Amino acid sequence: MEPFVRSVGKAAALPRANVDTDQIVPKQFLKRLERTGFGPSLFHDWRYRPDGAPNPDFELNRPEAHGATVLVTGANFGCGSSREHAVWALAEYGFRAIVAPSFADIFFANCCQNGLLPVRLLAREVDELLRRCRAAGGEYWLTVDLEQQRVEDGAGFSAPFPMDPYRREMLLRGLDEIGRTLLEEPRIAEYERHRAAGTAP
Amino acid sequence: MIPRTLFQKIWDAHVVHRLPEGPALIYVDLHLVHEVTSPQAFEGLRLTGRRVRRPDLTIATVDHNVPTGDRLTPIADAVAARQLEALQRNARESGVELFDLHSPHQGIVHVIGPELGLTQPGMVIVCGDSHTSTHGAFGALAFGIGTSEVEHVLATQCLVASEPRTLEAHFLGRPGTGVAAKDLILALIGQIGTAGATGHVIEYTGEAIRALSMEERMTVCNMSIEAGARAGLIAPDETTFAYLAGRPRAPHGAAWTRAVEQWKRLPSDPGAEYDVGIALDAATVAPQVTWGTSPGMVKDITGRVPRPSDFPTEAEQGAAARALEYMGLAPGTPLEGLPIDRVFLGSCTNARIEDLRVAARVVRGHRVAPHVRALVVPGSQQVKAQAEREGLDRIFREAGFEWRNSGCSMCLGMNADILQPGERCASTSNRNFEGRQGRGGRTHLMSPAMAAAAAVEGRLVDVREWELAS
Ligand code: SF4
Repeated sequence: MEPFVRSVGKAAALPRANVDTDQIVPKQFLKRLERTGFGPSLFHDWRYRPDGAPNPDFELNRPEAHGATVLVTGANFGCGSSREHAVWALAEYGFRAIVAPSFADIFFANCCQNGLLPVRLLAREVDELLRRCRAAGGEYWLTVDLEQQRVEDGAGFSAPFPMDPYRREMLLRGLDEIGRTLLEEPRIAEYERHRAAGTAP
Repeated sequence: MIPRTLFQKIWDAHVVHRLPEGPALIYVDLHLVHEVTSPQAFEGLRLTGRRVRRPDLTIATVDHNVPTGDRLTPIADAVAARQLEALQRNARESGVELFDLHSPHQGIVHVIGPELGLTQPGMVIVCGDSHTSTHGAFGALAFGIGTSEVEHVLATQCLVASEPRTLEAHFLGRPGTGVAAKDLILALIGQIGTAGATGHVIEYTGEAIRALSMEERMTVCNMSIEAGARAGLIAPDETTFAYLAGRPRAPHGAAWTRAVEQWKRLPSDPGAEYDVGIALDAATVAPQVTWGTSPGMVKDITGRVPRPSDFPTEAEQGAAARALEYMGLAPGTPLEGLPIDRVFLGSCTNARIEDLRVAARVVRGHRVAPHVRALVVPGSQQVKAQAEREGLDRIFREAGFEWRNSGCSMCLGMNADILQPGERCASTSNRNFEGRQGRGGRTHLMSPAMAAAAAVEGRLVDVREWELAS
């Protein structure tokens, strides 16, 4: 996994709550055997019209959102299906961080597994970012710093965000979680021995 | 001893190690695998030279994108076929048991686990699927996980997890006639919202829950994820043991007696505390129907489509307006009487034998309305076979329903079973998201009895009155 330390990039606003993973990647694109190739299907049914042409009304199709690497969006982002394809699609499209008041649990974990940083801010802070993003009409840049656990726009907005120390460490160092767990192999084996003997805790 | 909740007991018994940074390494007793969320995980193992640590604790089936028509003809969708073949190869190479399309035990992963007796109280169960919460009906801690975590569990038989908080959902009283388990859980989601239980494990308690059959309990726990919960739990009791006794993969003989002894120690101790508690009176719950594009957008069948201005916040007003537009509904429209085009009786929420029995009882002697296309997709091949032994298939067919082989089918529409744009569907599944059952399709979630009555009438009806009238 690519480490995530700090990312400076353009923000795009998607002011909708409860965006579910069925919207992020519709089911017809889940048949791939690879972790790649999902970028073009990101937000497919919102992004393209039924005839396949881009839908100019969709937030990410507006010129001011082009090249964005930080998505600022509503509460409970990523709810519904556990499909990690949603995270692969967001990352492949170019997003490095998602800023929202809250995330669904499985989606949050999936993000951390792929170096896509889920940033939880207070609802009023997200509203403020959405307002500033709209007011800037395009070039609105954000710095997302995991080391400092802070989001800043260089123009007066600065807010801290929470991240549990375990995930923070994994993300900062781009660690392979399986490799990390396999270091505990003796403990796992011992647990299995206890279980087999009926003496697990 | 400090009194512990059911959740706490299962959690404590599965902590292999507490990592210094906070989360715990949790041991997994049963890992269920399906074709859509697993290929990248097996590929990951191959690339890193790792192997499946405990193939004996891993079970695979195909369900999400399988065709539900004739099983003898080759699969028309080449891309879907590739995914099925990949699972076959992965299972064979790693020594994992697979229930494939030709197995009499094939079915939706959350239907076959319980049916085979694989799902047992006190276990930790994971699957790359959010509705893994279904298995909580047995008093098993069951989590949905992503593909990277699937790979992690394959390689280590453990999951890294932070301890969730607990929420007790206490259902007082008894539901009235015509009110189903589906209505109880939809009413709860309507009350607390689709993020109401984020970060929590829900334990369902109370008289109304104790009175439910195992299959009804599965319906309730299934939709825990629709309230945002990590998992749903119901304490095991005599109902649980009676369901499991004699199932092929449940313990037998002396092992059974020992297991039941242990399972009886699982229920929450008197005085055990939950982080959050809510209560709901089952007696006041009416049959529920969703009107919008999220399971929390739900009302009594006797209600009307709300106005965006009924909602307190700007965000909710916007979401309601967007949902109404997508659903093609005007505010104030009574839900009862809303004409429908399709009916789907299926999914891991409501396609077990009891669901089909209830629906068949409503349908018996009637015809599906002429403009309606209706589909029954049993949750497993075992459910299908049982229904055929009872003659339910004949009742459905004679009424004009299509009778299919099992799979997820129109619950998510990965196979050919999808809604056309603008079609309105009465569905027993669990998600009414935009496009879930087909782009532009309009899904109304409800119980099997309500969906069956809707099929006959061609419009949404209150099954309580419908049954009286017929
Ligand atoms: S039936 Fe629907 S909800 Fe259940 S596992 Fe299949 S796709 Fe998921």
